[in-house]
Formats: sequence, structure tokens, C-alpha cells
Amino acid sequence: MVFPLTNGVSALSELAKAIRQSVVRSLARAGSGHLGGSMSSADILTTLYFSVMRHDTGNPSWPGRDRFILSIGHIAPVFYATLAEAGYFPKEELLSLRKLGSRLQGHPGRDHGLPGLELSAGSLGQGLSVAAGIAIAAKMDRIDNRTYCLCGDGEMQEGSVWEAAMAAAHHKLNNLVVVIDRNGVQIDGSTETVMGLEPLKKKWEAFGWDTLECDGHDFRALMSAFQKTRIERDRPSVIIAKTIMGKGIASIEGDYRWHGKAPSKEQAEEFIRELDI
Amino acid sequence: MSAMQFKNRGNKALKSGFGEGLLEAGKANEKVVAIGADITASVGADLFASAFPGRFISLGIAEQNCVGVSAGLALMGKIPVFATYGVFSALRTTDQIRISLCYNNLHVVIGGAHAGVSVGPDGATHQALEDIAVMRVMPNMTVLSPCDATQARLAVIAAIEKCKGPVYLRFGREAMPDFTSPEMGFEAGKAQLFHEGSDVAIIATGHMTWEAIQAAIELQKQGIHARVINIHTIKPLDKSAVINAAKECGAIVTAEEHQVAGGLGSAISEVISGNYPVPIEFVGMQDSFGESGPPLELMKKFGLTSENILKSCFAALQRKI
Repeated sequence: MVFPLTNGVSALSELAKAIRQSVVRSLARAGSGHLGGSMSSADILTTLYFSVMRHDTGNPSWPGRDRFILSIGHIAPVFYATLAEAGYFPKEELLSLRKLGSRLQGHPGRDHGLPGLELSAGSLGQGLSVAAGIAIAAKMDRIDNRTYCLCGDGEMQEGSVWEAAMAAAHHKLNNLVVVIDRNGVQIDGSTETVMGLEPLKKKWEAFGWDTLECDGHDFRALMSAFQKTRIERDRPSVIIAKTIMGKGIASIEGDYRWHGKAPSKEQAEEFIRELDI
Repeated sequence: MSAMQFKNRGNKALKSGFGEGLLEAGKANEKVVAIGADITASVGADLFASAFPGRFISLGIAEQNCVGVSAGLALMGKIPVFATYGVFSALRTTDQIRISLCYNNLHVVIGGAHAGVSVGPDGATHQALEDIAVMRVMPNMTVLSPCDATQARLAVIAAIEKCKGPVYLRFGREAMPDFTSPEMGFEAGKAQLFHEGSDVAIIATGHMTWEAIQAAIELQKQGIHARVINIHTIKPLDKSAVINAAKECGAIVTAEEHQVAGGLGSAISEVISGNYPVPIEFVGMQDSFGESGPPLELMKKFGLTSENILKSCFAALQRKI
């Protein structure tokens, strides 16, 4: 199937719901993994894969495709669920998450041959550099595509992120878009308690980026923000998407303890029912 | 081959060979791109940068980012060469090399300049002495350590055109004897026999190979026939050459301008202990940092000369059963 597919908000909502339910199912089966960030970034990934990026599940290595680099490898469950929902591989395979011999590694591993996966990643602070390298090569070869990189907010504490941010602005990478899943929570607690990031927008502006903020659970706002990154400028864009850890499951929303936790079988059934409403 | 065949055509820094090879490979293949981390001329990459400004990417003093950007370029089909001092290119960036390069198995050439104490006056902070140890434990990584400027030129061309996956290429700063000929060629993973003998084997890497040759000539005068093997590829190691040396010589001396722990000596020990145990003596840095000083005096101070190799050969011969 060729993407982008739809701008319809109700279609995107349905897709995001299915993706969230897949995440819950696969994490419950795996018995470990990261639920909180997977739920907070589900709407961002849905928007990117179904409404923004040009890609083709029938031809995953099409040279002109838009590239997606997942820098926060720990939200692999929602990334895999999105790829499966788009049709890169059967959804049943999501139940093999974290199992021995699976193509769905705990953090993405290219060596296992999963279609649609561009980069093995999981050590924080590395993805943006790789995305910048892809964007530089695309410019050199005059490939008319865009590279999207999803980062976590806690990840902004890694110094290497800012090395990459400096380089992308210096090289005027207007074909590069970073999305930050600003759910405000990391393993030890709130980002502002663990290591404050604010004023985050000003930091990116100071680094020379076109800086946008939006509600990361509002499809219209997300689509509009992505549209704005297409305005011809000579600098890269960052979208700080304000989200809620665990979004969609009221009992875990905003709870940092769900950052790296998987639901039990009973909890999973309850969460899936709740997401259905 | 005989040690007597090797003549020093004049001292030349390995980084010059690296720079010439990079330029040559860049002329032959337009996919080759180079990354600069502020010390482009100092590592020999300025030749490429001025010949191909459109394929030279300056990223400043941000080595972690340099490795990540190289990975991205490689994903797009480029062949990136990122060279800076080995203390930075291999050690500051170790996690980026492990995940972005090695786990992704991307064809990127990492140049590690300023290897060893022979860097001289810059002192300990800038003398890479742990890079082989750290790079050779990375899955998918090839580790090259040419013995002179001529071989450094061939090594970078081979790294770009023949090797697959990530490659770490180590070279020094100081002008050192340039004694091999281009006709000898360079096949990654293939040890080179520089002097025949079966009393003791000297297995050396980098410009310590020149010191090994001098030691073999001296031993010959005393009626001892040492075998000299040049290991320009630490990984994958030419195991059969090493095992044969153990079987046929019965004693081994390793020589490297690097910590003995984790370096060539360790790599040789791993092969020997599992296959054909014989006594081994290690010439190299003995768990210490370097310091400032003239390169040759530092080599003496830290026991990295032909005389040290000679002494180790006698020690190995004494332990030989």
C-alpha cells in the first residue's frame, strides 16, 4: 500500500485505537516493555505513517521514501504496532515481541530483518545524528524526500542530541523534522524534577531550528504542524508535541511508574476494553 | 622475505599515507565522503577536503555526532570516512560506534590518528593507547593497523573498497621509517611474513614492525633466526599464521604501541592459548599513560624499541621448552 493514506480525523482515530490495543496485547504477551511512552506517542506515529510520510509497504526500500528514525528505541511496541497496522508485516507477529528469535526485538534491531525498520537504535541520543546524516546525503543526491526523527523528552538530557541539533542547523537541513514526545515523564519521575528541560522551545530556537508546539493527541494540530514544516525555509524543524504518558488509559495516564511496565493479562483486557469506548 | 630487503626510503608519517589513500579512493569512487571534526589537516584528510569540497562535511568538535551522521550517510549508500585522533574517534564515541555503526553493520571507515606515545609533546591525553582493545571487541568491526605510510595508503583504499561493515584504521602522527613497497599489496585479514625463521616469532603491528625487523637483523648476527610477522589486520586476525608461528617457532614475542592488555598481545594470546600454547612475551605499554616528550625518547622510556623486542626474544627463548 502507498502512503500517505488519509487526512480524515476519524480514520486516524480508529487507526490509533487499533495501534494502542496492539501495544497493550503485545506488551501483555511479552511480560515486559514500555507502555507509557508507547501510548503517549501513538497519535504522533499514526499521523506520520498514515497522513504525512510517503512510503510504500510493497516496496519498503524505495529510495525516494521519507525516512523515519526512531531514536527512542524503547517505544518499539508502538512503532511495531504502527508498522503492522500499515501492512509491513502481519499483526499476529506483534505477539512475538521480545521473544527469542523474534524480528521484534526489545529495542529495534535491523539484523533481524523486520520490514520498514530503518535503524537499530535504543541507546538514547543517537537517532538525531543518524537522521541528520540521512538528510545530508539526501541533499547531496538531490533526493526529494524528508527525514523524520522521533525523540523522547527525557532524551534531551543527552548531550549528543545538541551536537546533532547544532549540526543540522549549520547544514541548513530543511528536509529534516524532529518530533519530541513531550510527555514530561521519565523513569525516575517528572523531567523537570529529574533534570529540567525548560525552556525547551527556546533551547531549540537558540540552536537555529524552526520550532513548533502542538497538542500531540490532536490529529488536526499534528497535521497542521507537519504541514508548517514544509514551508520553504533554510533550517530544520522541530515539533514539540505535548502528550500524556499512558494516553488512552485513564488509570495510568501521567503515572511515571508505567514508563517501563507491561500490563498483566487481566489489566490488558481491561485496558483494551477501555480503549474501545 | 628477508628483513635485509627492507630499507627505509625516508621517514614519513602514516597520516600522510592515509591522506593520499583517501584522496585516491575518493577519485575512484564518488560515493566516498569525508567527515571533518576540526583537525582535518592534522589527520591528513585535507587533501580530500580540498579536492572534493562538496563531499566533505564539517561537523566541528562533536565526535559522537560525527559517528551518527556517518551512519546516516552510510544508510543512504555513501562510504563515509571519519578521521580524528584515535582517543576521540574510538574512545569518546564508543557507544555510537557500538550501536549506530556496529549493531547496524554499516560500512563506515573510522580513522584513528595520533596512535601511540610517538604522538610526542601533546602528552597522555592525546596518545591513543587503548583504541585497539576497545575497537576489536565490537562485533562486525574490522581493525586495521598498517606498519608504515605506504601501507597506510593501501589500507585506507582497502578499507573503503574491499572491507564490509565498520572499519577502524589506526595510524600514528610522527614521521617513521617508510619501508614497504606498494607492490606488496594489502589484503585485510592476511598477515605478512617479513622475515623467515623458526627460533622465535616476533608478531608486530603498526610501526613496531620496523623495530621488529631491526631486532631480527640483530638476532641473525647472533645466529638466532627470528620470524617476523606483520599484523596489519588485528581483526579478523590471521589465525593460521599465528598458530603456525607457534608450532614452527615454539615461542612468540608480540610488539605494539598500545596497552598490552586488550591489544595485539591479548589477541595473539587468545588464539595461542586455545590452539597451541607456547611462551609469549609482550612488548607494549604496561598499564600506564604516556607523557610529553620527543617521540623516540618516549618510545625508549616506555620500552617500545628494537632493543626491548630483542630482550623479550631472549626471555621467550629461555622459556621455550
